[in-house]
Amino acid sequence: MDLVIARPEGLYCPPGDFYIDPWRPVDRAVITHGHGDHARTGNGHYLTASPGAGILRSRLGQGINLQTLPYGERLIHHGVTLSLHPAGHVLGSAQVRLEHQGQVWVASGDYKVEPDGTCTPFEPVPCHTFITESTFGLPIYRWPSQGEIFAGINAWWRANSEQGKASVLFCYAFGKAQRILHGLDPSIGPILVHGAVEPLNRVYRDAGIHLPQTHYAGDIPRNDPLLRQALVLAPPSAGGSSWMRRFGEYSDAFASGWMLLRGARRRRGVDRGFVLSDHADWPGLLWAIGQTGAERVMVTHGSVNVLVRYLNEQGLDARAFATEYGDEDDVATTEPAL
Amino acid sequence: MKAFATLYLRLDATTSSNAKLEALRDYFASAPAEDAAWAVYFLAGGRPRQLVPTRVLREQATAQAGLPDWLFEESYQAVGDLAETISLLVPVHADGSNEGLATWVEQYLLTLRGLSPEQVQQRLQPLWAQLDRPSLMLCLKLITGSFRVGVSKLLVTRALAQLAGLDAKRIAQRMVGYTDISHRPTAASYQRLVAAESADEHSQRGGQPYPFFLAHPLQAPTEQFDTLLGPPSAWQIEWKWDGIRAQVVKREGQLWVWSRGEELVTERFPELHSLAQTLPDGVVLDGEILVWKPGDTPAELAVQPFALLQQRIGRKTLGKKLLSDAPVVLQAYDLLEWQGEDWRNRPQHERRWQLERLVEDHPLAPVLLSPLLDGPDWADLARQREQSRSLGVEGLMLKQREALYGVGRTKDMGTWWKWKIDPFSVDAVLIYAQRGHGRRASLYSDYTFAVWDAPAGTQGRALVPFAKAYSGLSDEEMRKVDAIIRKTTVETFGPVRSVTPTLVFELGFEGIALSKRHKSGIAVRFPRMLRWRLDKPVEEADDLATLQALLA
Repeated sequence: MDLVIARPEGLYCPPGDFYIDPWRPVDRAVITHGHGDHARTGNGHYLTASPGAGILRSRLGQGINLQTLPYGERLIHHGVTLSLHPAGHVLGSAQVRLEHQGQVWVASGDYKVEPDGTCTPFEPVPCHTFITESTFGLPIYRWPSQGEIFAGINAWWRANSEQGKASVLFCYAFGKAQRILHGLDPSIGPILVHGAVEPLNRVYRDAGIHLPQTHYAGDIPRNDPLLRQALVLAPPSAGGSSWMRRFGEYSDAFASGWMLLRGARRRRGVDRGFVLSDHADWPGLLWAIGQTGAERVMVTHGSVNVLVRYLNEQGLDARAFATEYGDEDDVATTEPAL
Repeated sequence: MKAFATLYLRLDATTSSNAKLEALRDYFASAPAEDAAWAVYFLAGGRPRQLVPTRVLREQATAQAGLPDWLFEESYQAVGDLAETISLLVPVHADGSNEGLATWVEQYLLTLRGLSPEQVQQRLQPLWAQLDRPSLMLCLKLITGSFRVGVSKLLVTRALAQLAGLDAKRIAQRMVGYTDISHRPTAASYQRLVAAESADEHSQRGGQPYPFFLAHPLQAPTEQFDTLLGPPSAWQIEWKWDGIRAQVVKREGQLWVWSRGEELVTERFPELHSLAQTLPDGVVLDGEILVWKPGDTPAELAVQPFALLQQRIGRKTLGKKLLSDAPVVLQAYDLLEWQGEDWRNRPQHERRWQLERLVEDHPLAPVLLSPLLDGPDWADLARQREQSRSLGVEGLMLKQREALYGVGRTKDMGTWWKWKIDPFSVDAVLIYAQRGHGRRASLYSDYTFAVWDAPAGTQGRALVPFAKAYSGLSDEEMRKVDAIIRKTTVETFGPVRSVTPTLVFELGFEGIALSKRHKSGIAVRFPRMLRWRLDKPVEEADDLATLQALLA
């Protein structure tokens, strides 16, 4: 029996009678992580990994009916053994392991295989069927090392600061922003954040993740010389808004895996693009799939057809799952209200 | 190669002209002359013909990356640029080659031309293995002749001028013909570009034309012209011809005809050859080459559609029939050199006066004097402009009477405006979409548009494609259209998708002609999207009758 099927409401576990990251309101939802396209409002009951509780409450409301489960701990629901395992994507992100009548399925949500210091690193979970994302499912996507990227960001900031220009770095407010904060060299200058970023920093700090000191950009008066040395983290939606005017002359950049391509970088129209992604690159996807030992792979959101065809040519039984998950780096995805 | 790749990255990383200028200066200040020679050539738009067939490059890259062909193709579709795709897929060197650009181009790349595919493959692998990722991408762009970076010739000229301590116009003059296919850049040719001024500079120029002065589009409403431009009397006003912009150079008994792309086109226009006898020496005319058939129609209706001229451009040999079907003239509107003297720093009206004397005094059969228009006010001129379409012209040119003849699109020496008529327009339906290249890679940005083949209410009427367009939308609109295309896809054929017709756009175009090659029987010129008609359902898009009416 299939432990997960695609239904109009979302990915559904028939024997357990619950959904994983449903996109329409349902009674029982297991949430892999707090990004807007995976964690939506209106569900009757939520289950998520313990480190993700703060995020989920801050995004969906303090009043949601939320149950948490530490990584690796098991619970049994309608005869299905369920446990959550780190996905390395953002704070609290989890792969959902389901076991029923000797069959093991793992739904991985979004994942990244390289450890980044702001969330528990990805752990491969052996299974018969693995549900994988495919956001960067093309062989052109191979990430440079994080060290190289952070060195690039710090060098860009330092050069701007020496020229008396603010450095505005656009990035997704949840996950990416904290990861960047973690890699910045705070000796270069002050770090300012947009109002969409600060509440998430608080959740990360509460969870014991070390982030350098940040200031809310709105608290700094216009024309304060401090602005010209600062690095500013803001969501992409702030670009071109009147909020940007306070920085006077600035250099801007965007941090995303898509910045690997020159066309995407130019389309974004920023001075610099930094290739920093919270998703697995092509070698990462293939490594993760291989590590599970799964013979069957269900591919969701991204380059679905490419990855399905490639895996089939490698001798696996790969199929497509139609989902409504998006890509948080894409500005078309609406920014969460915070 | 690495130094040039670093320059490329710096130019690519910024949209600021000053930052680009700085990057160019830094590069030229430290590059050896033989490398700088090639850098100027490529940056100013020079392109050697493709050195290796694309197919061979693809095969080599696919093999080296260890990928199936289809996956290479998918990757290419996502990247939208072959050189970049290959550089992302094949193993590269961590550091990259420090050998100079000239060595790479002359010894490693140009020598690839004409080799068999097997020989090319043997040569490519060791070449690629020496390069880091940016250098490899650049090297591939040079091989495929697709090198482009957001730098204008003008900016290169300015950088060299600053470095050499010369006037940018002098550099521009020396650069004429530098990117011509027949010219091979060398250390000596670079040194000539940046050398100190010499006394015999003017007499050394042979058949060289001057850099063309270009017009800016004028888009303000007529009511604002008085404020923007002052009275019409301050302007020299002419028709805007729709032909080939050209300079006719007559020096030392010889004649040269240059197109705007600084291409020598003397051989293509035998009608002008008699000017070698009739024009005095030391004359350079600026004007427009047009197909001109006075016949029994009034003289002002003699200009023929650009399509006819286009047929001539493509031909290697010009047969008798073509020459009699599509004879050309030069509508002259400026005089850049007179009696061997550079007249570009004289005001427009003075150049015009002398041009009129020249045409009057010499029997210059193929040269016509582009007529001047006048009117008491801009409203009157706007009315005259309304006749443009029936006269076969594109609108009006406004040239400041005091303007000097600048270089390219400069405005500091006086301005030329092109005041074009509004394009034709129809409401058309998007039926196919294809992913774009470069900045639009991965986005469905190139569209095929259709109109109905019968009026509304006709049973079983169908959409017939008639034009492709890919410009005119904002990035924001394009993203939205891209999302709709993905949701409404009916079928996918390679990179092309057919969609359920839901999107209506107002398409603008400059010209319309009958065509046997198009299913609709109609071909349009320069089609582009004027706006997205969110208010119009597909049923209300135009039909073929609308297009046929425009043909009249």
